[in-house]
Amino acid sequence: MPDLNYLSITEAHELLVAKKISAQELTEFYIGKIRNLNPKIRAILTVCESQALKQAKKVDTKIASGAEIGLLEGIPYTAKDMFLTKGIRTTAASKILEDYTPPYSATVIEKLDQAGAVLIAKVNQDEFAHGGSTENSSYHVTHNPWDLDRVPGGSSGGSAASVAADFGIFSLGTDTGGSIRQPASYCGVTGFKPTYGVVSRYGVIAMASSFDCIGPLARSAEDAQIVFEVIAGKDSKDSTTIALSDKTLSDKSPVGKLKAVFYDDEDSDVVSNGVAAIDGSLLDIRTEASIAELVPLELALAAYYVLVPSEISSNLERYDGVRYGSKAKDSKDLLDSYMKTRSEFLGPEVVRRNIIGTYALSAGYYDAYYKKAMQVRTLIIESLNKVFEANDAILVPTTLEPAFKLGSKTDPVEMYKTDLLTVFANLAGVPAISIPIGFEPTTGLPMGLQIIGKQGDDKKVLAIAKNIQSDSDWHNKLKELKL
Amino acid sequence: MAKLSLDEIQKVALLARIELSDDELASASNEISSILDFVDTIQNTDTAGVEPTSQVTGLTDVWREDLVVKCTVAPKLLLASAPDMQDGYVGVKKVL
Repeated sequence: MPDLNYLSITEAHELLVAKKISAQELTEFYIGKIRNLNPKIRAILTVCESQALKQAKKVDTKIASGAEIGLLEGIPYTAKDMFLTKGIRTTAASKILEDYTPPYSATVIEKLDQAGAVLIAKVNQDEFAHGGSTENSSYHVTHNPWDLDRVPGGSSGGSAASVAADFGIFSLGTDTGGSIRQPASYCGVTGFKPTYGVVSRYGVIAMASSFDCIGPLARSAEDAQIVFEVIAGKDSKDSTTIALSDKTLSDKSPVGKLKAVFYDDEDSDVVSNGVAAIDGSLLDIRTEASIAELVPLELALAAYYVLVPSEISSNLERYDGVRYGSKAKDSKDLLDSYMKTRSEFLGPEVVRRNIIGTYALSAGYYDAYYKKAMQVRTLIIESLNKVFEANDAILVPTTLEPAFKLGSKTDPVEMYKTDLLTVFANLAGVPAISIPIGFEPTTGLPMGLQIIGKQGDDKKVLAIAKNIQSDSDWHNKLKELKL
Repeated sequence: MAKLSLDEIQKVALLARIELSDDELASASNEISSILDFVDTIQNTDTAGVEPTSQVTGLTDVWREDLVVKCTVAPKLLLASAPDMQDGYVGVKKVL
C-alpha cells in the first residue's frame, strides 16, 4: 500500500483513480489514525464511522463501474461541531446540545456529500465558537500537535489540530473573528475565510450573524480552493448569501504585478515581528510592498467585542429548553425553567458574552455601545477600502505570538486580544487566508501570514497564497511532525 | 466606566434569562466590568455624522417566489428533538 500520510486532495484523488487504494481503505486508514493518535490530541468529539464507510463504498462502486470521479470523491474530512449533520450528534461543544441529533444537514455538508467527500468525524471547538483556544469546550481541551502542552487555538481548534495531526485531509471551520485563521496559524495549516455571504450558513449554528463565515482548513491554499469552490454559492435557504461574481471564482490574478501592503499600527512591533518570521521567498512581494496605516487595531477589537456579544445574546435566545436541547429538571414556572436550563447547561464564557451583549443592547446603553460600535465599524470599512483602492492585498501576521500554553490565559480580555490581527477582516466582511510562514525562533512553533483582499477577491487572495506556497515549503513541514 | 454593581448584573442576567449563584454574580461583576473598560476605547472615537454599519453585503429585501415548498424534514423528526413531549405536543410550563 502506498504511504497515505499527509496526502493532499489531488494526491489522494490520483491514488483513487489509479486504484492503488480504495475509498473504503482510505477512510479506514484515517479512522485508524484517529483511534491511535486522538487520545493524545483530543481533537475529535464524534467519529461517524458507519456513515463514512457507507459513503466511501458508494465512491468505490462508482470507480469500479468505470465512471470518472470528482476531486473530492472519497476524500475523508472532518467538520467543526457547529455544522448540523443529519443523524450525527451535533453539540457546538455545549452541554445544552449534548444529546442533539439534527434532523437535517447544513447546506455545505449536503454539498460536500453530493461531491462525494467522506465526513469521518465532528471535531472539538470552543463552546458555540466563543473563544480562541478551544479550552472553552464543555467536553475537553484539545492539544496542539506541535506541542501537547499548548492550545491548538480556536475556536476551530479541533479542525486545525485534526488537519495538522492528519485525522482528515481537510476540515470545515467557522470564522467570526479569526476562528479559522488563528488556529490554522497555531497549528501550521492553511485556513481560509471567504468574503462574507459567499458560503451558505443554512444549518450552521449561529454565533454573530453579521460576522459568521464558513471556510476550509487544509494542507495548502490549493486544497482550500478546491473545497471552497464546492461549498460557495447562493443558497435559497440562506437569504444572506450573495451570488458569486465571475471574478470571485475565475479571476486570473496578476500575481507578478501584485501590490501589497504590510499592515502597520502605532505598535510597530506587530509588523516587525511578523515580517521577521516571513520567509525569504516573499521578498519579491516585499520589495513592492509599502506600509499601510489603518484604524488602530485595538479600536477594531473593541468594536468587535461590543457587536459580537450583542448578536450572540440575540442568537442564543433559542436555547431555552423547549424545542430542542437540554432542559433543567425541576422548575416552578416557565421563566424559572429558562433561567435554570441556561444556567445549568451554558458554560462560563457563553454566559459572559450573553450578559455583555444583553447589557450593550439594553435601554440606556444602546447608543453608547451598540450604535457607537456600528459607527466605528463603518470607519474601519472606509479605511480598508482606501487601502484597497491602491493595493491588491494587505499582508499581516495572523497572530502576535505562537500557540500559548494550555491554561495560561485565564483573564477573558487577555484571551480576546489573541484576535487582535484577525477581527478587522470580519468587521469589513473581506476574504482572508492564513498560511504557514515559518517557525518562531524561541519556541520552534509555527506562525501564520494573513493575506487579506477586498470583498469578492477570494480568488485573488487564494492565488497569492498559492503563489507563495509554490515557492516555499512551510506548508509541507507538517510531514515532519512526530506524534 | 464605573464597575457594574451586583444589582445591575443581576438585572441584566434576568434579561438574558440566566440564573447566577452568588459566587458567579461576584465574579461576573468583576469580569464584565473589565471587559467594559476594554471596549470603552470606542467612546474616544469621533463618530459624529458616521452612518452605522449593521451588515456588509448591501442586500435589501431578499424575496423568494410565493410558492408552497414541501419541507424535506418530517415534522415528527423535528418534534422528536424537543426535550419534553406529551401526546405529540411540545411540553412547556403553564404560562397563564
